[in-house]
Amino acid sequence: MSRHEIVAGTAAPLPLNNLDTDQIMPKQFLFGIDKSGLARGVLYDLRTDASGSPRQDFVLNQPAYRGARMLITGANFGCGSSREHAVWGLQQAGFEAVIAPSFGEIFYFNALNNRLLLVTLDASIVAALIDLVSDPAKSQLTIDVERQRVVTADGAEYPFDLPARQKRMFVEGLDMIEMTLSDADAIGAYEARHYADHPWMKIDLPKQQRAA
Amino acid sequence: MAQTLYQKIVGSHTVFRIDEQHVALYADLHIMNEYTSPQAFAGLAEKNLSVRCPEKQMGIVDHVIPTHPVAVDKRTIRIDAAAHQAANFTRNCQKHGIHLFDVTDREQGIEHVVAPEIGLIRPGMVVLCGDSHTTTYGALGALGFGIGTSEVEHVLATQTLVYKVARDMRIHVDGALAEGTTSKDLVLYIISKIGAQGARGYAVEYSGPAIAALTAEARMTLCNMTVEAGARGALIAPDDTTISYVSGRIKDLPQADIVAAAAQWKQLRSDADAAFDVTHRFDASAVAPFVTWGTSPDQAISITDRIPALSSEPLERHNASKALSYMGLDAGEAIDGLAIDHVFIGSCTNARIEDLRAVADVVRGRKVAPSVRAMVVPGSGMVREQAEREGIANTLIEAGFEWRQPGCSMCLAMNDDILQPGQRCASTTNRNFEGRQGRGARTHLMSPAMAAAAALAGRIVDVRKEIKHV
Repeated sequence: MSRHEIVAGTAAPLPLNNLDTDQIMPKQFLFGIDKSGLARGVLYDLRTDASGSPRQDFVLNQPAYRGARMLITGANFGCGSSREHAVWGLQQAGFEAVIAPSFGEIFYFNALNNRLLLVTLDASIVAALIDLVSDPAKSQLTIDVERQRVVTADGAEYPFDLPARQKRMFVEGLDMIEMTLSDADAIGAYEARHYADHPWMKIDLPKQQRAA
Repeated sequence: MAQTLYQKIVGSHTVFRIDEQHVALYADLHIMNEYTSPQAFAGLAEKNLSVRCPEKQMGIVDHVIPTHPVAVDKRTIRIDAAAHQAANFTRNCQKHGIHLFDVTDREQGIEHVVAPEIGLIRPGMVVLCGDSHTTTYGALGALGFGIGTSEVEHVLATQTLVYKVARDMRIHVDGALAEGTTSKDLVLYIISKIGAQGARGYAVEYSGPAIAALTAEARMTLCNMTVEAGARGALIAPDDTTISYVSGRIKDLPQADIVAAAAQWKQLRSDADAAFDVTHRFDASAVAPFVTWGTSPDQAISITDRIPALSSEPLERHNASKALSYMGLDAGEAIDGLAIDHVFIGSCTNARIEDLRAVADVVRGRKVAPSVRAMVVPGSGMVREQAEREGIANTLIEAGFEWRQPGCSMCLAMNDDILQPGQRCASTTNRNFEGRQGRGARTHLMSPAMAAAAALAGRIVDVRKEIKHV
């Protein structure tokens, strides 16, 4: 089994609703022109104090949850800014999956495009899982993507929905651009038709550089 | 079959259907900024791909640009990492023949302020941008929404997006906004009612007399912030207000073509019997000036209310306690009278000319409280020039505001306009997230008029009382 069929390891509880992408990846980590160096930015203000030292009371700084591969968190995780850096950073910090009752929409598709697995479960089940993994002895979870089950250390199984397309994207890692470009003729035909019907929608910005 | 406006726009932009839920959606315009595009350009280079339609891309430097009040042609980015990012963006745009509004451009500004004001946003279009506030364009009957950087790359290469079609929500607003309240108060009110994920998975269409009465710019504020309820899009059907705003700004079409287009724009509306998955109804006359008290945009109350008691539901209680502790506030406390350190007038939500006029109307002939640092960051170079022509800039400067150059600025503090820990700010922006305006900074979202009144008083006050003093 590849790591895209089974995700297994420590799950860290993060019981917060509406954890936005500004908090997942703060502004000072957004100046790069590549995707690197983002692990240190993940949940920075929650993880560190004002001097930049680790907050001992934060879950990811506790020895039992170092190296966690999953987060279990509240509703609307990843809401707010579209910054894909939030997903890249979570992955660079070792996370392979996030379990929550719901996810911000842009974050959801960003995660999908990077094969970060997002598992949506009812709020009551998520609350029970948070309680469970809050005991370090029971913090090991397995997500069986193929069977669409979250399996706890106790052997309890929680089924989750995963649309067929999303599942394929996670398990196989589809090259979306290549797939769309294989229909390039259809795009050309569409453009001709579309702008004949709606000429005002045709934007044709000049190429020259705007500068003083 | 009867269709919603949203379904019609998606239908007219569907290049092909991928499966039951997904379509390849065509983008008439794609807007890029310096910070969410670099990895997309790098991806193209890696795959040896070109930009399919350079003429449908607009580049603009807005997030990292400083707003110091120097002459436009002297603007420069001093922070190395930001300067490097902006220079990289310039190179990428040059390489691919993409129109760029660079640092020293007269028309530079915030992407969602500039694109509509220069006539690039037109009813019925699909507009994408690597920025969540792209929902702004629904104000003009165009479907806009934010995308991630992988999707930016996909749009650059194909001019399409692999798009999951959203469900339809209608928000109908009866009545009329009272004096002293604005579309900012209305949207904060709506978000407080439906919650930060109340519209998640939906494209929202606004309707009703209160919406019809809004100016085009006020509609932009409303649609801009609808994403704070999690919406995938926000639309208002084009009417005479839309047509007048758009027609006056299109530069590249002959008048006869604009008139012909306007006839089609008027047809862009939901069919009378179109079905919405969810409908909410509100009454604008119930809306008072609204202010956020917490760290999520749905944690908002009327200026006359008190911070709500903690919920008995454990997670909600934990969240609200954490927010209150961050904000230095308690449940049951009044928001009226709360002392502030800073006022920020700006952002893609509230930095257009009407917003600045509203601020000037409140502060004319009066002074910013000595304890407050107040800054105005206009939404664009064009807004700034117009405000100077109208005498607004002088009014603001005389009142003690800093009058700065345009950019995203302290909305997200990616430049040097950043708050210090513990500072409390009355802000016309869109997000009161923890750390958004600076680590430990405390943001209260409100309308421009409310922020102006707060600047004068040195504390959060009810602008309706202030207006009577004028």
